[in-house]
Amino acid sequence: MLRFLLIRFGRAALTVALVVTFAFIVLRLSGDPALIIMSVDAPPEAIAAFRKAWGLDDPIWLQYLHYFTAIGQGELGQSMRDGRPALQLVLERIPATLALTLPALAMKLGIGIPAGIYAALHRDSLIDRAVMVTAVAGFTVPSFVLGLVLVLVFSVQLGWLPSGGQESWRHAILPVLTLGIGGAAVLARFTRSAMLEVLGQPYIRTASAKGVPWARVVRGHALPNAAIPTVTIVGFMVGSLIAGAVVVESVFSWPGVGRLLVVAVANRDLAVVQCILLLVAVTMVSSNLIVDLLYGVMDPRLRSGAKAGAH
Amino acid sequence: MTGPMSPETLLALRDVCRSYSMRRGLLGRPTAVHAVDGVSLTVEKGRTLGLVGESGSGKSTTGRLALGLEPPDRGAVLFKGEPLPKDGTQEWRAMRARMQMIYQDPLGALDRRLPILEQVREPLDVHGIGEAKARDEKALALLQSVGLRADQGSRYPHELSGGQRQRAVIARALATGPDLLVCDEPVSALDVSIQAQVVNLLVDLQEELGLGLLFISHDLKVVRQVSHRVAVMYLGRIVEEGEADLLLHAPAHPYTEALVSASPEPGRRARPRIVLQGDPPNPAARPSGCAFHPRCHAARERCKVETPALLPLPDGRLTACHVAHDQANFLTSPLLKAAS
Amino acid sequence: MIAQPQPLVTIRNLAVSFDGVRALHGIDLSVARGEALGLVGESGCGKSVTWLAALGLLPKKAKVTGSVQLEGRELLGAAPVVLDDVRGGRIAMIFQDPASALNPVLRLGKQVGEALALHRGLSGSAIKAEARRLFDLVGIPDAARRLDAFPHELSGGQNQRVMIAMALAGNPDLLVADEPTTALDATIQAQILELLTLIRRETGMALVLISHDLGVISQTCERVCVMYAGRIIETAPADLLFERPLHPYTQGLISALPPLDGVRRRLSPIEGNVPEPWNLPAGCSFAPRCPRAVAACDEGIPPLADKAPQRRAACIRVAPAEAPAQREPVFA
Repeated sequence: MLRFLLIRFGRAALTVALVVTFAFIVLRLSGDPALIIMSVDAPPEAIAAFRKAWGLDDPIWLQYLHYFTAIGQGELGQSMRDGRPALQLVLERIPATLALTLPALAMKLGIGIPAGIYAALHRDSLIDRAVMVTAVAGFTVPSFVLGLVLVLVFSVQLGWLPSGGQESWRHAILPVLTLGIGGAAVLARFTRSAMLEVLGQPYIRTASAKGVPWARVVRGHALPNAAIPTVTIVGFMVGSLIAGAVVVESVFSWPGVGRLLVVAVANRDLAVVQCILLLVAVTMVSSNLIVDLLYGVMDPRLRSGAKAGAH
Repeated sequence: MTGPMSPETLLALRDVCRSYSMRRGLLGRPTAVHAVDGVSLTVEKGRTLGLVGESGSGKSTTGRLALGLEPPDRGAVLFKGEPLPKDGTQEWRAMRARMQMIYQDPLGALDRRLPILEQVREPLDVHGIGEAKARDEKALALLQSVGLRADQGSRYPHELSGGQRQRAVIARALATGPDLLVCDEPVSALDVSIQAQVVNLLVDLQEELGLGLLFISHDLKVVRQVSHRVAVMYLGRIVEEGEADLLLHAPAHPYTEALVSASPEPGRRARPRIVLQGDPPNPAARPSGCAFHPRCHAARERCKVETPALLPLPDGRLTACHVAHDQANFLTSPLLKAAS
Repeated sequence: MIAQPQPLVTIRNLAVSFDGVRALHGIDLSVARGEALGLVGESGCGKSVTWLAALGLLPKKAKVTGSVQLEGRELLGAAPVVLDDVRGGRIAMIFQDPASALNPVLRLGKQVGEALALHRGLSGSAIKAEARRLFDLVGIPDAARRLDAFPHELSGGQNQRVMIAMALAGNPDLLVADEPTTALDATIQAQILELLTLIRRETGMALVLISHDLGVISQTCERVCVMYAGRIIETAPADLLFERPLHPYTQGLISALPPLDGVRRRLSPIEGNVPEPWNLPAGCSFAPRCPRAVAACDEGIPPLADKAPQRRAACIRVAPAEAPAQREPVFA
């Protein structure tokens, strides 16, 4: 078990390192922060001083080395714009983002999973078709389009809800809906197909054949099996709690991590961008890790190696 | 054990071994599993060797080793006296045209997106056999030789029945004019009435083309129908080999005896049924001595410690069983002769 | 005919269609208490569908008509509560591939215990004790530990024993075994057949064995129904059927089978293929493949008629006198 955990942790760490490295290289190649932050017509001496101050005149491998050593010491650098620690800037924004993504997650789970189960159990019924049509629409429409439509309807036309900002809980309703509808649609479709797959398995027929009432067959035999693949997608949703709202935050000018990222990228505020990416990679990878461990708990075939495959 | 009068040997496996590293579960340590452990056999031109065994006996792995689809860890695979060329080389491809495989599931072996005729033609194109223009005609002739109609050539695999698909697979295998066919459970997926059609076809083709057949199956009745000789495998080793009727009518090895007894024939209950105890063996946990001893009704102390060698009995067959050999020795011992 | 006691299960004119295509064309069948009945036929002949339909285990899109009675009580269209009592409690069923017929994420003890709780009203430690007794009964070694195991930890043969234990949990009057040994190795098949025979002898439970394997049927059953293209085409006591099959299809099936001993002869296959269910011939479904077919065979579907004592066949070419000849020395 320890060996398994160590391997998994090692892989997770490697993934994070790769993401950070990739971001580092892309950011360094895609524009000179000095020119962007100091503006192009700044005096050359000022730009040179800026470069020197931030270590931008070092060769890229040296910058990379410094960067990694710093991460190792828990030092994530300062914002090039206002000199504040990048980590602090990012952490300040997290509550705002979670204020959108957590209710949205609850909505995805609360609507997506029951809708998927219901649709699978009443396959080809009117409700199944309705769920599926909504689901297809829900995840083919990009979130910025959906967001804009919601704004048009509820803010512009009906005037019920504000179209942007973070002044009250009413401001959160539209962005949460935008995030939640798409996710619920994905989850409904996924749960439905996982459930249909399981309902077609011989052990479901076995359970019925031994006289287990249908409701209990569904609860006791089908759901525990259908949950296994569904956990993957839920894990992904949990993993994107922090990074999943970039577009929506921009559409609704919600001051969360996503907005910070957009602004920081535009400004080539390297430390901030890297700090966010690191955070995102860590949450993604750790939710993946948790999913893997959950698999082991939920699926005994993965857990025990007692007598695996003599055939 | 081929005598001086034996026909041309096509395929010879000499003490071939193949093991896999298998992990027990996600967390376990890898252990070596000896799927095939010192197997020797020969297939002659125009003759069939039936290879019988249960799951985990290594019979399918033996088939893949024979075709060079897997390299042996030890031992040699000879085709017409020559070792198999390295996988993927030009020589290997040329050699592969001389030997073909037929699997259990014809639908899986065929390409769903191509009509049957094209699939039969394909090996002709690949190996550059005949003139391009004549190939369609050749493919059509092949289809007819396996009992398919010309109009069925334009059908897709899913439009044919299971038996017709297996015929198409056989036609394709014959396209390159092979000397040897390795058939791995070729009729197991087919219904009884169709099974007989395909078995007859294989027997006819062998007679007509002088094919050598390595016929792998769990079904003793089908094996007897097509085989001249039969080899019985248990946990990666051949435990008995000999002339088909001799072996199946008077098995010397207790395992063969149990297999024969477990092959019920309709309307006949005369033979007492031997029911083996215990599970089919696990190749990852091979018992000591004779691997069959935990399930054997005749096992003695010696069987638990000493692995029996595959040795000839007086009637010419080979068997790997201490008990069978002791009995034979007793019957032919000078003491007994003197007494009589 | 002598007045017989009421059969355990009586199936009358049972028909099933999927999406408008008939898979079963009106089956009449009865199972007596304690009898071992074999249902034999090739894939798609309807032998499994018959019993899945009888127990209401087919998917919803299947249209089932006719009547299935358990000791006079109608099962088709019965309320779910009634059916749930019958399934597992009166009629239990086991299936072909035991590995996938058991729930992979539930412990075996729990799966067997579920049936005990439902049909025997047991709970707590009584369940555990009884499940253990059942595991011992079906010959699972180390029963106490196996109760905590998952299906993937057991071999196919052991899993089929678990399925049998689960089927026995409700003390059923009938066990329907649908190809119970097809996925198993020959030596394990012999074990399972022996176990089924033994259990039947000890409990007096009736057995319906569904199989494509004539040998398996012949070894285990007293009476056999042969099915072809959704109909029963012959029924007879097992020994008579295999000794002297009446219907040309049964004859064909038996002679297509290679023998294990005796002189090796060329096999006589049945020519052609089983007709597709949506493309059945107008008359006898077997006529296009039948060596004895005449024009009249295409005119109507032959009824399953009495041809001899205890023997019925659906073939106009089998004269009623043909069969009893051997039994009636008057003619000899």
